Amino acid sequence: MNPENGALEGRAVFAGLMLASLVAIGLAIGLSTGIGDLPIPLGTTFTAITNRLGWTSTEIDRVYETVIWDYRLSRALVAAFCGAGLALSGAIMQSLLRNPLAEPYVLGISAGASTGAVAIIILGLGGGVLSLSGGAFLGAFAAFCFVALLSNGTRGGADRTILAGVAASQLFNATTSYIVTTSGNAQQARDVMFWLLGSFGGVRWPEFMLVSVVVSIGLVACLCYARTLDTFAFGDETAASLGVNVDRARIVLFALTAMMTATIVSMVGSIGFVGLIVPHTARALVGPLHIRLLPACILIGAVFMVLADVASRALIPQQVLPIGVVTALVGVPFFSIILYRLQRAA
Amino acid sequence: MSITAENLVWRIGSKTIVDDVSFVAEPGRMLGLLGPNGSGKTSLLRLLTGLKRPQSGRVLLDGSDLASLSARAVARRVAFVEQHAGTSANLRIADIARLGRFPHRSWMSRWTHADDRAVDEALKRAGLQDRRGDRWQSLSGGEKQRTHIARALAQTPTELILDEPTNHLDIHHQIGVLKLVASLPITSVVALHDLNHAAMFCDAVIVMQQGKIVASGAPDIVITEALLRDVFSVEARIETSPHHQRPHIHYLR
Repeated sequence: MNPENGALEGRAVFAGLMLASLVAIGLAIGLSTGIGDLPIPLGTTFTAITNRLGWTSTEIDRVYETVIWDYRLSRALVAAFCGAGLALSGAIMQSLLRNPLAEPYVLGISAGASTGAVAIIILGLGGGVLSLSGGAFLGAFAAFCFVALLSNGTRGGADRTILAGVAASQLFNATTSYIVTTSGNAQQARDVMFWLLGSFGGVRWPEFMLVSVVVSIGLVACLCYARTLDTFAFGDETAASLGVNVDRARIVLFALTAMMTATIVSMVGSIGFVGLIVPHTARALVGPLHIRLLPACILIGAVFMVLADVASRALIPQQVLPIGVVTALVGVPFFSIILYRLQRAA
Repeated sequence: MSITAENLVWRIGSKTIVDDVSFVAEPGRMLGLLGPNGSGKTSLLRLLTGLKRPQSGRVLLDGSDLASLSARAVARRVAFVEQHAGTSANLRIADIARLGRFPHRSWMSRWTHADDRAVDEALKRAGLQDRRGDRWQSLSGGEKQRTHIARALAQTPTELILDEPTNHLDIHHQIGVLKLVASLPITSVVALHDLNHAAMFCDAVIVMQQGKIVASGAPDIVITEALLRDVFSVEARIETSPHHQRPHIHYLR
């Protein structure tokens, strides 16, 4: 087989995978809107969407249409964008920090968000002007600034950045625990716990607008950096010797992932493991080059999150599991396999 | 005067690592950089590639100041092979060689035939043209080093800087890498530990001690028994090899 054919074949396989993923996203979203206390067939979902878009005007039950359009479709789409954003952020963190265990929260963003959230829920900071999401976003931003300062504006290198992230996570988690144990009542503690584990309950179209814009900007910007990310494979020094402005690339990419992650965390809580396992899965499927890896992460992350949301609603009748529980139950076994394989490789 | 160093000084805190170093690397020749551990070889190489900026002095590339060029412009003509550059990413040899085209490609520009030719030529030079699809994790130490050299050559440099490229390689691969570098038509500056190898392959050598250049010139003039005693603290006898007519060092017990 000559290399030209190999490249063509690789491209065809990649295109096929991407197409299959898009179809899978469509089906997963269809499934997601169909499942619940009121089961809705896929055909009805499709009709409801085309009706609303003005392409068809078939009569369907008003209740169905309201449930599909105002509750389940927005929820499924938000889940898709959150999964995509977390997977993309995780892939970037793993490449920049050259650490297979890096994930979107490695810079302390979820810990910061939780502190911001409890400051609003329990301490009542912000005087009602600031929403829980707003507080969480500010907390996440504070954690990111803390890490950036500690790691010398990310110039300190990968190890120092990771250590700064660990320090930030410890600090903000401790602050959260302190506030909950000293000021919160049992109900508030339960609310906080639920929020931390993540939930897509209550997300509607405004949330969709925000997360879709933020993740889309993040995706486009990160794709522009795909080649630059490849040069980081052998470390900062090799990247710099290839003409990459390492400091600028790092700070821009960290800021982009922080923006995406903070938006997602403040909206749906800190959903774990998606940002860790999806990049590894994508790498196994399409290889380590970022021009393919990043789109693959987006698509796989979206499918995974929508299906996890379906599972969280379908596993136990009449009850919704926190989404973080579902992703972690799938994530921990996968994480163990990565650890096992790393150990064998060493 | 392919690369010229003029009075380079580089400090970390109050410790002077590179102390007033000046030299000229002749075009197309292989210049060996010798010296004991901690004599400032790696730091000097980093100054030459622009990875570090000197506190004073300057590096000239064909007369133009390195500091006035963008990192990308420097990377288009100066390629650097680090001492230990590994990765957990399971890249193919061809992918790694293609990284060398990074400084030549503008933002989002397409891959061109010129890029293909540069990569093919680099892989051929490094003897890896039939191994394009092999994965990084499956390569031996010698193959990894040659892959890095292929990546550097794909930058189509006029200067190639290598930091102890033979480290951790068996003797076959050490000779292989040095032969490869010596056969290149471009200027190379190579930090080396093995003095016999330096004497065999380099057109000229520079000897560093505590950040300063203490000797420079053709290997047969520079590498003397007195220098080995003073700089490297070893007793040795030197004779001209009957096999390659270069100096050969016998270390004494």
